[in-house]
Amino acid sequence: MLDKALTGSKRYWTLIIVLLGFIGIGTLAYLHQFKNGLGVTGMSRDVSWGFYISQFTFLVGVAASAVMLVIPYYLHDYKKFSKIVILGEFLAVASVTMCMLFIFVDMGQPMRMMNVILHPTPNSILFWDATVLNGYLFLNIIIGWTTLHAEKKQTAPPKWVKPLIYLSIPWAVSIHTVTAFLYAGIPGRHFWLTAIMAARFLASAFAGGPALLIILALMLRKYTKFDPGKEPIQTIGKIVTYAMCANVFFILLEVFTAFYSQIPGHMHAFEYLFAGIEGHGKLVPLMWISIICAVGALIMLVPPKIRSKESNLVKACVLVFISLWIDKGFGLVIGGFVPNHFGTVTEYWPTLPETAITLGVWATGFLVLTILYKVAISVREELGTAKSEY
Amino acid sequence: MSMDRRKFLKLLGLAGVGLGIGSDFVQMSPAEASSGHGLPSSGERLGMVIDARNLTDEDFTRMIDACHSIHNVPTLIPEKNDVKNEIKWLWTDTYNHTFPEQINEYHPDSLREKEFPLLCNHCDKPPCVRVCPTQATFRSKNGIVAQDPHRCIGCRFCMAACPYGSRSFNYVDPRLYLTKMNPDFPTRTMGVVEKCTFCVERLAKGLQPACVVESGGALVFGNLADAHSEVRKILSTHFTLRRKPTLGTMPSVFYVIGGEDYAG
Repeated sequence: MLDKALTGSKRYWTLIIVLLGFIGIGTLAYLHQFKNGLGVTGMSRDVSWGFYISQFTFLVGVAASAVMLVIPYYLHDYKKFSKIVILGEFLAVASVTMCMLFIFVDMGQPMRMMNVILHPTPNSILFWDATVLNGYLFLNIIIGWTTLHAEKKQTAPPKWVKPLIYLSIPWAVSIHTVTAFLYAGIPGRHFWLTAIMAARFLASAFAGGPALLIILALMLRKYTKFDPGKEPIQTIGKIVTYAMCANVFFILLEVFTAFYSQIPGHMHAFEYLFAGIEGHGKLVPLMWISIICAVGALIMLVPPKIRSKESNLVKACVLVFISLWIDKGFGLVIGGFVPNHFGTVTEYWPTLPETAITLGVWATGFLVLTILYKVAISVREELGTAKSEY
Repeated sequence: MSMDRRKFLKLLGLAGVGLGIGSDFVQMSPAEASSGHGLPSSGERLGMVIDARNLTDEDFTRMIDACHSIHNVPTLIPEKNDVKNEIKWLWTDTYNHTFPEQINEYHPDSLREKEFPLLCNHCDKPPCVRVCPTQATFRSKNGIVAQDPHRCIGCRFCMAACPYGSRSFNYVDPRLYLTKMNPDFPTRTMGVVEKCTFCVERLAKGLQPACVVESGGALVFGNLADAHSEVRKILSTHFTLRRKPTLGTMPSVFYVIGGEDYAG
């Protein structure tokens, strides 16, 4: 089936070349980092994780969100998702690929990566995260590819794939729970040391991932013969709405605990992120953009009248994505490090090479996504089943 | 019921183990239980008491210079005034930054601004060890939290986990910033984490840690598990603080801060 990715329109090849261009720039920037060390990034002794790990955290959520399509389609027999579920699975594959690349570019000694396997350490959450992420990648590649292959042959998928599909559901929850545990089990970082972290991660994942999926699906409808259908998009819109409400609710719970208890350590990170401490407030504008986007998104999502208009729903999804990307892809990780353990503030901002590497990883993910989507859509175009009847 | 000799001995052994475990708790006197972190008074747990009352800036400079020159710790700050990539095993900070949970607004400035030496606490329950995915950092039997720079993958999870900011990452090639190299101690490569090791290489030769030697008697090093050690004597006769005790990491570094000295 992969041969389908080798033929395509001019637009398809332009996209591929643009993505390859970004990957090329990212690779050059990475070689610079590989040679000169992580000192070329904005990370420091005090803020020892930055853009890479926060992007990783955000993308684990996008990957996990495939389950929001898998559950209705496979567990509830919600047929309307039949055309779109593969998009979710392939988005998961692309996202996990990016996650792994972000971990890789963040390592000080990437050549020793195999030490995680050579010296397995079950008490380290990172060991489990590597395990579940790899498992999830393979599950989604196998499930997505096998079901698509069966679709191409116009047969039912082989029986052995069903248990894997069921397994992928708790597995999706596990990848984001374990990722939350990276943070939520660390003593002394008040911003992270909260039992609701995993729940919050899942809520934001189930809002952000499907929001991205709606945007992607509608782009596909515009530029290809693929049509996800009207109703499935509205159903996903409903999922985004509920998940976004839950996410905002969970954040407000954190704010209540911090500010009603008045425990300084619990308030500091919020103060830094939303007001700035001692004149340090590089993230303040970004965090307020995140809030404004979240509020704007909810205003457009909650009343069914507004979100039922597809153009509104897309706008709301863009807002959800921006809001969560800032909140989780930036603020959550950096906020945990500021102020530092001595009560002083060291700020973080990504450098140019760091940004180029980050864009390179995203471009790699989108290249994987483009190829996988191209294959899926070409298969259906040939069968004449690219349009959903719903 | 018959029981052969082998089986009997096996059972006896098991019972012995059971008793052995129990006896650690049973034999502990209340005094030991309160001062000794609930640990048995046998074995080894290396620790340090820092009598910070009379330490001066000159003492600090001497101690830090000794530590950093012996261990080939690069000097990054003067180079570019660059704190970002800094490596430090031993350094100082004010009372308010050292004990941020034990501040009050009526403390005299002399205490507030007093400098205290900071280093790895060699915690009894080290979070850095718990999170390391490769066991590159581990707790030795004698209580030292050690670091194997050859196994470290540079994920910096330990830096996120350490509540004391005791760990440094080699963001740049440290060898470029060594003014003088000590050929008897290994240098590190770029991309690995490092920290104080309680001078494990000196202890192996029967020497005291370098900072202790340079401290003019203010730093005392010894076995916390031995009730008759000098560290334990100081701990039983002085009021001491540990950094961030509520986190349950049980640091092996204790501070004598005095008290009446700062009044007035």
